[in-house]
Formats: sequence, structure tokens, C-alpha cells
Amino acid sequence: MKTFHLIFKIFMLLPLMWSISSCQDGSGDKKGALGSNIAEKVYVAPGEHDEFYAFVSGGFSGQLAVYGLPSGRLFRVIPVFSVDAEKAYGFNEETKPMLETSYGFVPWDDSHHPDLSQTNGEIDGRWCFINGNNTPRIARISLQTFETEEIIEIPNSAGNHSSSFVTENTEYVVAGTRFSVPAPQVDMPIAEYKGKFKGAMSFIKVNPEDGHMNLEFQIMMPGFNYDLAHPGRGKSHGWMFFSTYNTEEAHTLLEVNASQNDKDFIAAVNWKKAEEYMAAGKFKEMPADYRHNVYDESTHSATSNKMTTVKVLDPTELPGLVYFLPTPKSPHGCDVDPSGEFIIGSGKLSASLTAHSFPKMLAAIESESFDGEAYGIPILKYEDVVGGIVEQAGLGPLHTEFDGKGNAYTTFFISSEVVKWKLGTWEVVDRQPTYYSVGHLMIPGGNSRKPFGKYLLAMNKITKDRYLPTGPELTQSAQLFDISGDKMQLLLDFPTVGEPHYAAGLPASLITENSKKYYKLEENNHPYAIKSESEAKVVREGNVVHIYMTTIRSHFAPDNIEGVKVGDMVYFHVTNLEQDFDVPHGIGVIGANTSELLIMPGQTETFVWNPKKVGVWPFYCTDFCSALHQEMQGYVRVSPADSNIELTWSLDDE
Amino acid sequence: MKKSKWIMLIAALLPLALFFFPMWNIKLEAPQYPDSIGMNIWINKITDQNPNDIKNINLLNHYVGMKYIPEQMEEFELFPLVVGIMSFLGVIVVFTGKKYAYLGWGIVMVGLGIAGLYDFYIWEYNYGHDLDPMAAIKIPGQGYQPPLIGSKMILNFKATSLPMLGGYLLFAGIALSFIAFYIEKKFSKK
Repeated sequence: MKTFHLIFKIFMLLPLMWSISSCQDGSGDKKGALGSNIAEKVYVAPGEHDEFYAFVSGGFSGQLAVYGLPSGRLFRVIPVFSVDAEKAYGFNEETKPMLETSYGFVPWDDSHHPDLSQTNGEIDGRWCFINGNNTPRIARISLQTFETEEIIEIPNSAGNHSSSFVTENTEYVVAGTRFSVPAPQVDMPIAEYKGKFKGAMSFIKVNPEDGHMNLEFQIMMPGFNYDLAHPGRGKSHGWMFFSTYNTEEAHTLLEVNASQNDKDFIAAVNWKKAEEYMAAGKFKEMPADYRHNVYDESTHSATSNKMTTVKVLDPTELPGLVYFLPTPKSPHGCDVDPSGEFIIGSGKLSASLTAHSFPKMLAAIESESFDGEAYGIPILKYEDVVGGIVEQAGLGPLHTEFDGKGNAYTTFFISSEVVKWKLGTWEVVDRQPTYYSVGHLMIPGGNSRKPFGKYLLAMNKITKDRYLPTGPELTQSAQLFDISGDKMQLLLDFPTVGEPHYAAGLPASLITENSKKYYKLEENNHPYAIKSESEAKVVREGNVVHIYMTTIRSHFAPDNIEGVKVGDMVYFHVTNLEQDFDVPHGIGVIGANTSELLIMPGQTETFVWNPKKVGVWPFYCTDFCSALHQEMQGYVRVSPADSNIELTWSLDDE
Repeated sequence: MKKSKWIMLIAALLPLALFFFPMWNIKLEAPQYPDSIGMNIWINKITDQNPNDIKNINLLNHYVGMKYIPEQMEEFELFPLVVGIMSFLGVIVVFTGKKYAYLGWGIVMVGLGIAGLYDFYIWEYNYGHDLDPMAAIKIPGQGYQPPLIGSKMILNFKATSLPMLGGYLLFAGIALSFIAFYIEKKFSKK
């Protein structure tokens, strides 16, 4: 009976505690939009434009979603690692090579951490990079076309999670492995993990002219789990920081066995030193099998190249390449402040945040005051490198970004909140709840020397009762806060495409001027492109039929085709002759075992159709292109395999 | 050289600006065309106001059966010849130094200008009325003739027709010939 009373009292107390805490918060969010000007702050009038773009990862959708801030409006879902029938990505002949890997065609991935190209530590609006976690890959997306232009597979890696973070002049995009694996892969007992599995950190060089990526080198690290990374900047430029967990090197029941060490590490990698070692030939060339897929805007087609070797640096033999900074309790985020002085480690099983000091780290390295080593890599002394601790800030810190005004903002997963604190004094100045279980947060430009500290976007793992129910599967969400004042103010929450692991944001003005309106027809070098209706033709090569087709408002040329036979392999090569902004045409044909095409002005795309039944089969434009869109259609006559109907084609019987 | 002679010389040379600058512009505005689409008319050609505008005007116009904007016209050969000859004559007029020669040149230019505008109007009329009977969209009584000068609504488009720099310089040349005449008349009486 006593126990019952106690429980009863606690239950009675809970609402009271809640009301006290919400009074203290004083965020005004209970008052709703009427009690404040919140609605005005996110209202972007019809026809007006948002101030910022947000590129939000699609998680298990494999894609990248583009939103406007502050409105939270979704503009586009860019297909990256997963096929997208709407845009024919991975379905048309031109983009199928983008999803080729050393395991063959992989139509899906799990996209996690978008990051933007930088020049001199500032966002430059050229490219967005994002990682595929499951079958390790890094993609580069053009911010002129909002299309995926390049995907490079990462060998010796598994669970490509501490990726894709960009250095301050876009020298490198890094990709670290979450799962350590035998490298090279080998048939061996799992229980012999310890000491034998390796964790590859990949440094992908980016060509400053065209953005083309090359896997320059890998650093073969001990078999820990590498969780997240961020680049040094300013004074710490030339270094890259990776958080680690499972320094226990457990291979089973990690939730217990990888949570035993009081401290894991942040690995500080001196990539300038790595470049010196590369130049001095201190690498080993290792056989590897991976693909490098590049989409060429002039041919509107991708090619997939097979790569066979990778250069590897061994940090156990190369002094000065890597140091370990002890960091409490399985750190997740390792985030570098805009000045480059502090590296914030978020021990996700801890209540406090650790800020390592870069100058202190250099001093400790200088004085060689080490606390032992791990696999030959020096471990610095915790007390030598800590610059500050944010004590008892919340529960389960994950990730921190900065507003450029001396404040930092950290998400706490377990206590489901965003906490604002001050760099240098390490005091907590504000906290706001999130709904619910926030993962990362994003401030436009937050991972650069120059953040735009006006908005903060928190990305939530679960939403429970926040929206209208949609059956068992519920949306994830993002929540927008105004951080321009002393206190954070919740403005908006909106559903996201897939799970939003991380996002990158930038002022719209960095993109809008360069945004492509259409592809110039005269620059179209697709091998099956035609530039006018008079060139339209149908060519038979054995049982392969190539249809050279054009679209323009509001007809196909040709639109009547005869002489196709059952069992043929029919390629529709369709060139959109339009040269105007926002006039795509689509095409679909009955019974095709693939998606539609959606062809931008000046572009050529191709799909394959295997006619299976005798008859006359229609095709039509799938994108409402004009007043006579419903008239934009044609027919293909399919004859028996042994028929001798001549191949003919026409438009308006001409 | 006298001031009036200088003025007449400028008057005689200004029409040559038509070889370097477009004479006239017709543009179409509609909500779906926030930048407007249009064409620049020169004495010897028609060009895009923005890249591909003529192609896109033709694409729109084909729904109502209008003909394509011509790449070749008789006027494109005649107009440069007339402008060249008139400029040449103007320079000769300068050297005669005779005020009535100034006036005569100006009057001939006005006459030619009116003829040119009339020709433009006839072309616009045919362009807006000579429609393909097979056109997809037929609206009884609807013509698509752009205005000679100024703006008017044609279905959902606001069509605006105005001179451009070449045209304005031509007008300036004609006006200067009359000013040269006036100055010469006023001062030579003394």
C-alpha cells in the first residue's frame, strides 16, 4: 500500500513539475500564433521567395530534399542514391550507370550528412555533397542544376557514416567508416575482430574547376567505429576531427559491450601531414574494387568507371599523422566552432559536453605529453587538451552548431531539447524542447567560418502525436527556431522526406543567380540527340530499334511508327527541342517495364521498351506541357515477330 | 563651319545608327512570362529580346495559326539601301549649305518614315490576321495584330510596341534637320 501511495504521489507531482518547467521556459509557444508574431515570421507571401535554402538528407529514402526557410516549403527531392521513377533517375539509360557499384546495380541507399562546398571557409553555393551509408558512396550534386553529377564508391569501408564533410577550401571531402571490417576483406571468424578489423578514413580530392572527385588516399585506422567528423578551420585548417566509439572493439551486443570505456576518442588527423607523406611516397598501393560514376551535362549521360587500386597510409608507422583526444562516453558529434579553436565532443551517453582546445592540443603534441598509445597512435592527456566543459547541460548530447556570435547550440536526444550555451564561459543560457527526440540541428553556414545565425533547424526522429495520424508509419519532422534574439523561439515544424539526419543551409542569393533555366540545344552532345524534327528517324539494327524522337509543344516527331515487331528491343531516344524555362515534356508507353522519361528543355533521354503483344500501342506526354498537352500522343504498331511490315515513321502523315 | 551646318551634318549621319542599334521592339507580357518575351526589329533583321524568344513566340502563335516571324523580308534589303542613300544625300545637302535643301531632306525623311510605319502596320496586320485555317484555337473575330505603338491586350498577353535606340536616333536626325533649317533661316536674314 505504501508503494502505491508513493507512485500515486509521483504521478500527482508530474503535471505540477511540468507546469513549473513550462513557466520557466516562457517561450510563449503555448500562447500560439495569436499571442505573438510567430506566424508572420514564417509567412512568405505568395510569389515571394524564401531567404534560405535547406538541403535536408532523406535518410532511408536515399535522397536529398530541398526546402525553403523560413517557410518550410518543399521545392524538390533530388534523387541521389535511390531510383526515382518520377524523374527516371536510375530508370533511363542515361542515369543507370550512376547507381552502379562493385556489387552491381544498387537501387537504394541511406543518405545521411549533406555538406556544402566552401571557399576560404565560407559557403560558396557550388556543390552539395552527401554520403550513402549502406553501400559506401559519396555523391556530388550541382547547385546549378540540382542534379546528382557524380558518385564515388568507397572501398575498405562499411557504414559510411563519418562522411561527407568538406574542408574549408573544398580540398577534400572525407568519408570515415562506421563499421570496421577486414581490409582487404577476408573470410575469417567474427570473434577475431579485435586488432584485425580496420577502419578506413577516406580523403576524396575535389577538383576546384569541375568538382570531379578522386579517392586520393585512405588512412587505415584501428578497428573502432568512426561516427562523425568535422574539418578544422582558420587556425585548425589542415586538420580533420573524427569521433570514435566502440574503442572496446566489441563485435557483438555493442549496446552493452561498446559502452564500457569511460572515454573514447576524437581522432585528430593532420591531413596536411598526410599530403607530405603522400608526396614522399610513404603510401602503400592496395588492390581495391570500386566504381566512379560521372554524369556529363553535355552528353546528358553518365558513365561508370571501374577503379582497381587505392593508396593507403598507415598511421601506426607514420608519426604525427593522427592523435587521439580522450572524450567521454561514445561521442557522436565532433563540431568545430567558427574560429577553429574548439572541437566540441558530444558524448552521447553523457550529460556534459567536452570542448577540446586546438591550441592546447598543439601544445600537448609539442611537449609529447602522452597518455600511452593505441595501436601506435599517441593518446593525448584529457586534462591537457580540454578547453572547457558544459556541465550537466542535458541528457544525450549529439551535435552542435554555432551562430557566429559566440553561442553554440547542442541537441540532446534523450532529453529531447536544444540547448544554447556560450563558448568560453561554457554556461547554458537557454533551452527549448523538441518534438521529439532530436538528432542533428543545422544553422545555415553553421559548418563554416561564417554562420548565418538567424534560424536553427532541429531534425526529429519521431513525431508521435504531432500531426494527423497516417497509420503505423509516421513522418519525421524538422523544427525551425528563430535564434536572432537572446532566447530561441520555436516558429514552425514541418514533415520531412524520410529521416532527416542532417542538413546544410545557405542564403538563397548564393544559388539563384546561377540556377540553370534550360540546357542549350546546340550544346547537347548526346550520341542519340537530334536537333530538329526533320532529323527524326527510326533505325533497325537486327532486333534492336532506335527511335530518334523529338518533343515540342504539343507533339512528338514522329508520332506514328510502324514495323516494330514483338521481341524487339526498342530504344526511345527523346530530345526535348524546347528552349524555354520550365517547359519539360514527358513520355510513357503502355506496358513498358520502366519509368516514364521527364526531359528538360534541350535534353535527350532514353528508355527501353520490349513490346510483348501484337497491336497498336499508344505513348503520350506525361508532363502537362501546354493547352494541347492532351493531344500530345502517338502510336506504335507492333506486328508479329515474323511479319515483314516495313519500318516507317511519320508526323501528320508526312 | 557654321553652327547650322554642323547640326545638319549630325542630322544626316544619325540615321546610320540604325545599322548599330535596333529600331523597334515588340514584347509580350503574361504572368507565366515574368521576364516577358519579345523581338527587336532592326532595319535588316529581327532578333531575340532574350535568347530563344522568337522561337518561343512562334511556338505560342502556332496555336492560333499565326505564321512564323520571317527571317527574310524584302524590307531587310530595301531599308538599308534607303537609309544609306538618304545619309549620303544628307551629307551632300550639308555642303550645299542651302537652308531649303535642309528642309527638303527633312521632309523627304518624314515621308519615308511615314511610309516605313505604314509598311510596318501592313506587316503587323497580315501577321495578326492571316491565320492558318487548321489552327487549334479559333476565336471568331479575334485578331492578333500587335499595336503600332503603345500597348494593348491580345487574349492573355499584353503586347507592347515601342521604338528602341535606333528608332529614337532616327527621329532625332529628322528633328535636327528642321532645327538646322530654322537656325539657318533666322540667322542668314540678318
